[in-house]
Amino acid sequence: MTSTSATTTAVRRPLPEHHGSRLRRFLGTLLTPGGAVFVLVLALLLAVVASNPGFGEPERLVRFLARSAPIVIIAMGQYFVIVAGEFDLSMGSVIAAQVVMAGNLIGQDDSLILPVMLAMLAVGVLVGVVNGLATTILGVPSFIVTLGTMLALSGLVFYLTGGAATGNPTETFRDIGRGGFEGVPVVEVLPYPLLIMVVLAVFCVWLSGRPYGRTLVATGDNPDAATFSGSRVWLVKTQAFVLSSLSATVAGIILVGQAGVHPSVGRGYEFIAITAVVLGGVVLGGGRGWVLSAAAGAVALDLLFTLLNFNDVPSTWRDTVQGVIIIAAVALAGRAWRWGNRLPRALRRPEADPDSGPAADPVTDPEVDPTPPARQGTNK
Amino acid sequence: MIDLGRRRRRLDTTALVYLALLGVVVVGAVLTAASGRNFFSTGNIIAILTLTSTLGFVAIGQTLVIIVGSLDLSVPYVISLASIVGGGVMAGQTGNVVFGVLAALGACALVGLVSGLIVTKLAVHGFIATLGMGLIISGYLATNYQGNFGSAPRGFQLVGITVFGPVPLSTLIMLGCAALGVVLLTRTRIGHQMYAVGGSREVSRLSGVRADVPVVVAHVLCSVLSGFAGLLLLARTSVGSPTIGSQGGYDLMSIAAVVLGGTLLAGGRGSIVGTIGGVAIFAVLGNVMSVLEVNSFLQDVVRGLVIVVAVAVYARRAIPRRPTRFPVRAVAEEAA
Repeated sequence: MTSTSATTTAVRRPLPEHHGSRLRRFLGTLLTPGGAVFVLVLALLLAVVASNPGFGEPERLVRFLARSAPIVIIAMGQYFVIVAGEFDLSMGSVIAAQVVMAGNLIGQDDSLILPVMLAMLAVGVLVGVVNGLATTILGVPSFIVTLGTMLALSGLVFYLTGGAATGNPTETFRDIGRGGFEGVPVVEVLPYPLLIMVVLAVFCVWLSGRPYGRTLVATGDNPDAATFSGSRVWLVKTQAFVLSSLSATVAGIILVGQAGVHPSVGRGYEFIAITAVVLGGVVLGGGRGWVLSAAAGAVALDLLFTLLNFNDVPSTWRDTVQGVIIIAAVALAGRAWRWGNRLPRALRRPEADPDSGPAADPVTDPEVDPTPPARQGTNK
Repeated sequence: MIDLGRRRRRLDTTALVYLALLGVVVVGAVLTAASGRNFFSTGNIIAILTLTSTLGFVAIGQTLVIIVGSLDLSVPYVISLASIVGGGVMAGQTGNVVFGVLAALGACALVGLVSGLIVTKLAVHGFIATLGMGLIISGYLATNYQGNFGSAPRGFQLVGITVFGPVPLSTLIMLGCAALGVVLLTRTRIGHQMYAVGGSREVSRLSGVRADVPVVVAHVLCSVLSGFAGLLLLARTSVGSPTIGSQGGYDLMSIAAVVLGGTLLAGGRGSIVGTIGGVAIFAVLGNVMSVLEVNSFLQDVVRGLVIVVAVAVYARRAIPRRPTRFPVRAVAEEAA
C-alpha cells in the first residue's frame, strides 16, 4: 500500500510515528500497549504507596526491585522469543536445572564459583541451541519443542535430586542474589540483582536497536518476507532462544541466593514470563513490542501481587487476578495498537493521497487505517 | 495439482501414527516379555486402556480447539472444577448422580462458552484467553476448597471400575465420544466450518461463514469433554479434588497427544482418529515404563524426547502430504 510503485515522484505517506509534535507523539506512544504499561506501573506504584506509605521509601523500593529482578530478567529473555513469533516454555525447567547445578557443583569451595558459572552458561546456551534448531531446522512448532525440553529437563532434575532440596552453595555465591554494595547514599544498600537487571536491560535495549534486534522483529512479523530480504531466519531465531535460556540461567543464579536450592524453584516461571511480556504489550505471534515494555510488564505484575498482599487479599486469589489481567491486557492491546499510533484524521483518508491506487477503497472502507492491524488473530 | 494427488498416495500422518503405535506396542511387548511379564495379559490391557480414557476425553476436545486455530490451556482446572462440582452436588447420594453430572458439565460448558467468547469477541489469542481462564478457575478453587470435597456414591463409582472383558467402560465412553467427534468433523456443517475457520479465519468469513460460531462451539465442547474426564476421575477416586487436574498435567500432555496425532498446531488440519493414536502411544509408553519400573521422573524425560522426535518426523513431511479434507483428484475430475 505504500505508494512508490506507480511513479518515482510519489509522495511517501507520512508514518504516524513521525507525525505531529513531540508531545503528541509522546502521548500517542502512551496509548499503545507498550507505552501504557509504564502508566500502569506508575498507577500501581501510587496505589501500593497509598495502602502502605512505607513502601515509598527508596530503600524499600530498591529491595522490591531486587526481589523482582529474576522475573524482569526472564521477561526480557522471553521477549526476544515472543517477538520472533515463538514461545519458550522451557524457562522454568532451565531455572530449576541451573539452581540445582549451582547447589551441587559449587559446594563450599569459593574457587569453583567461576568455572561452575561458566558451565551453567554453557548449559543455557546448549538448551537454547537445541530449542532453536529443533524449531527452525526440524520445523517443529516451538510450543512443542520447548514443552519437550521442559519435560525432559525437569524430569532429569527431579530424577537427579530425588525431588528434594540438595546442596548448599557457599555464601559468596548466594550473595549474588542477596547481597549488595553497602553504604550507598539514599538507598543504603544497592543490591547486586538490581545492578544485574539494569545492566541486562541496557544490553537488551542496545541489542534491540542493532541490526540483529530489528531483523528479529521483522522475522516475527513476517518470516517469509524476512527470508526474501536475505536474513537467515533460522540463525536469528536460534539466537533468540539462546538469549532466552541465558536469561533463565541468570535468573537461576540470582534465585539461588533469593530462594535457595530446590528442584521446584522456577516452577511456573515460563507462564509468568509470558504473562509479563504480554502485559507489556508485546504481540503474541511476533513482530511488535519493545523489550523495556516487557520488563515493565514484569514489574507491573509484581507490583500488583504486592498490592494484593498489602490489602490482605488471600494469596490464593493471585492466580485469578493474574488471569483477569492477562485477558484484559490482551483484549485492550488488540485495539490500542490502533488507537495510539494513528495519523490525524485529515491524513488518514486514502483519497488524500493521489496515487494510493485502488488498493484501498475509500467508499466501502472509509476508516482504512494506515497502520497494519495488530496481528491478534487466532491463527498462530 | 496432479503432483499433489500423486504425493497423497504416500502414507498420510494418521497411518504414520498407527504405524508408530504398532512399533511402540511391539517394542513394549518385547521389553515386557524380557522382564518376565505378559504385555497382552487382560490385566495389562485394562491398565493401558484405563490410561487412555482420561487423556482421551481431553485430547478429543483439544483436537477440536486446535483445528479451529485456538488452544485450550484451561483443561486441568476445568477437570478439577468438574470433579469438585460433581462431587459436591452428588454428596454421596445415589439419587443425586444425574444432577451432579449435569451441574458439573453445565459449569464446564459455561467456562468453555466464556473462553470462546473471549477468543472471538475480544480477539484475544486462545493461548492467553484459556491461560487466563485457567488461572481464574485455579484461584477460585484454591481459595474455596483446601482439601477433598464431596464424594461420589457407589453407583457412580461403578463407571470407573466396570470392565467388559479387557475393555473398561470408561474407554468405551471415550471411544463413543471420539466417534461422535469424527462424525461432527466430517459429516456436519459446523465441523466443516471448523476446518475452514482454522485454515483461514478471514477467508472463511469472506466466504460467508460466521467465523465466531465454530470457535465458540469448539471451546464449549472441549470444556465439556474435560468435564467428562473430571467426572471419570471423580468416579475413580470417589472424592472431588481441587488439584486433580493440575497434577495430571493434562493441558500440555493433551496438546502433545493432538500434535503427535498429526494435527497441525496452527489449525485447519487434523483428525480425531490420529489424536486417539497419539493418546494410545502415550498410554503404551507409560504402561511399559511403569512395568519396567522406570523412575517416574525419567519417564518425563522419555516423554519429552518422544514428543520432539515424533513431531520432528511429521514436520519434515511437507504440508501437502497431510490428509486433505477434499481429495484433490475428485475435485479435479468434477471440474473436468
